[in-house]
Amino acid sequence: MPGIRTVGRPMNIKEKWYLFEIAKGMMVSIRHLVSNIFHQDRMPTLQYPEEKRVLPERFRGRHRLTKREDGTPKCVACYCCQTACPADCISIEAGERPDAGEKVAVRFDINILRCVFCGLCVEACPVDAIRMDTGKYELSSDSRKKLIYDIDTLLND
Amino acid sequence: MQQLLDRFIESRGWTGDWAIELVYFLGMLFFAVALLLVVVTPFTGIVSWAERRIAARMQSRVGPNRVGPQGILQWAADGLKCILKEDLIPEDADRILFTAAPYLVFCGLFGAFAVLPFSEHLVIADLDAGAFYVMAITSLVPLGIIMSGWASNNKWSLLGGMRSAAQIISYEIPAALSLLAVVLAAGTLSLQGIIRAQGWSPADWFLFRNPFLFTGFFYFFVANLAEGNRTPFDLPEAESELVAGYSTEYSGMRFAFFMLAEWANLYVVASVVNVAFLGGWNVPPIAEGVVLTILQMVVFAAKSLVLVFVIIWVRWTLPRLRVDQMMLLCWKYLVPLSFLNVLGTAVWMMIVPEGSAAGRVASWLLVLVGLSLSGLFGLRVRKNLKDADVGRLYLNPFS
Repeated sequence: MPGIRTVGRPMNIKEKWYLFEIAKGMMVSIRHLVSNIFHQDRMPTLQYPEEKRVLPERFRGRHRLTKREDGTPKCVACYCCQTACPADCISIEAGERPDAGEKVAVRFDINILRCVFCGLCVEACPVDAIRMDTGKYELSSDSRKKLIYDIDTLLND
Repeated sequence: MQQLLDRFIESRGWTGDWAIELVYFLGMLFFAVALLLVVVTPFTGIVSWAERRIAARMQSRVGPNRVGPQGILQWAADGLKCILKEDLIPEDADRILFTAAPYLVFCGLFGAFAVLPFSEHLVIADLDAGAFYVMAITSLVPLGIIMSGWASNNKWSLLGGMRSAAQIISYEIPAALSLLAVVLAAGTLSLQGIIRAQGWSPADWFLFRNPFLFTGFFYFFVANLAEGNRTPFDLPEAESELVAGYSTEYSGMRFAFFMLAEWANLYVVASVVNVAFLGGWNVPPIAEGVVLTILQMVVFAAKSLVLVFVIIWVRWTLPRLRVDQMMLLCWKYLVPLSFLNVLGTAVWMMIVPEGSAAGRVASWLLVLVGLSLSGLFGLRVRKNLKDADVGRLYLNPFS
């Protein structure tokens, strides 16, 4: 055909016979079989629900809200995280603290179905109220409602 | 078996040919079905599990390991799942052919079990034309496959069925010719007779009887791989080309029948090769009675299982052939070479009479050749293992 150049891949005599090549291939697979039988610990597979991978320190898992010493949320309802969130999954409702007249979040919902785990909310927070250091990553549930975490869930994570 | 049935007939006081015939018929049927249920089905299941485990290890995976210890009951779970699944028949399929096809495939392969021996006395039927019978009954399989391909009313299925028919009919020729060379050497078509013509020591096996039979073993093995639709000849169900070939439209129990037949075929192929070339159940004369029978069963099963392992090993090593390469291998190489084999064996038998000193020497020389070849292979594998430094092959992102 015009315009198409055929590039051959010449085989030497040994390869043309195929037998040696087949034997070589068989050697490779038996090598893997033998080494995997005798060194099962070296195989990369993890038996997931029973064994779990050790997570790196900075792994971004499920969110949590930190507490003050008296157990109330640190969050001051500044809406920084809500503004920073690219997935628009945080919704906050502000209220007043009964003791100090400060602002506080009375509702703090994270829709984990929308969350992309980017961590921008954590970076945006001026008072270190939200963190993603729980190391929880198994987030499945049997209903969508349960996946919108409210303030109590987040505080107790 | 026959004595048992005779005694049963006597105890009932039945006379007349029809009664005897009927009792024999029912007795044999019962025995065959029992064998099928008790031995063959679990065996094929366990082979399927073993194949998946071995394949997994060859690819550094784990394989099924949940059902039962080490996952050995995986086949039972799979079978149960297949029974519980919906049995779909496509609207445009030919219903009768579609439903009949899996059973034909099944019958073709399980019919072969009727003549496969387990030990000297443990065999359902020692037919005088055993070798012929095996070749003939396994020919039902392409019929079933092409039927399923046609009846599915699906292009992939039809292509798979056509390929299978072309392949099996082609490869039947070298397989039959290689078996013919064995039959020449043994002087009988009966599988038990072929085994009796060999001995327990490797030098007495037909594999090492003469150079022609030695090469014939490989032709027979390859041809049988092709007949059983095993990789590298799994063109009929080539996953990457034809979805699942002839079994594309099947589901539930019918699909399970195809799978069962495929793994039963593994054992059929292995034991026919074993019978024809590896001396079958021959053991050194060191025991008697029941012990001897058990010993023979163990030896026969061990040889067959080694061959089954080799087939699995080949499957997970070699890539699939193209259709034209498959045909080329058969008609341009295997057919002429196996013709040559038949001729060569005949000539050898004329020149070197059986049991002569020259024949013994040739046998032992061939044993030496075989041993040194496998020894060389083993040494290379060991060297490879040492060189590979397996520990560094795997990367752990968190270490």
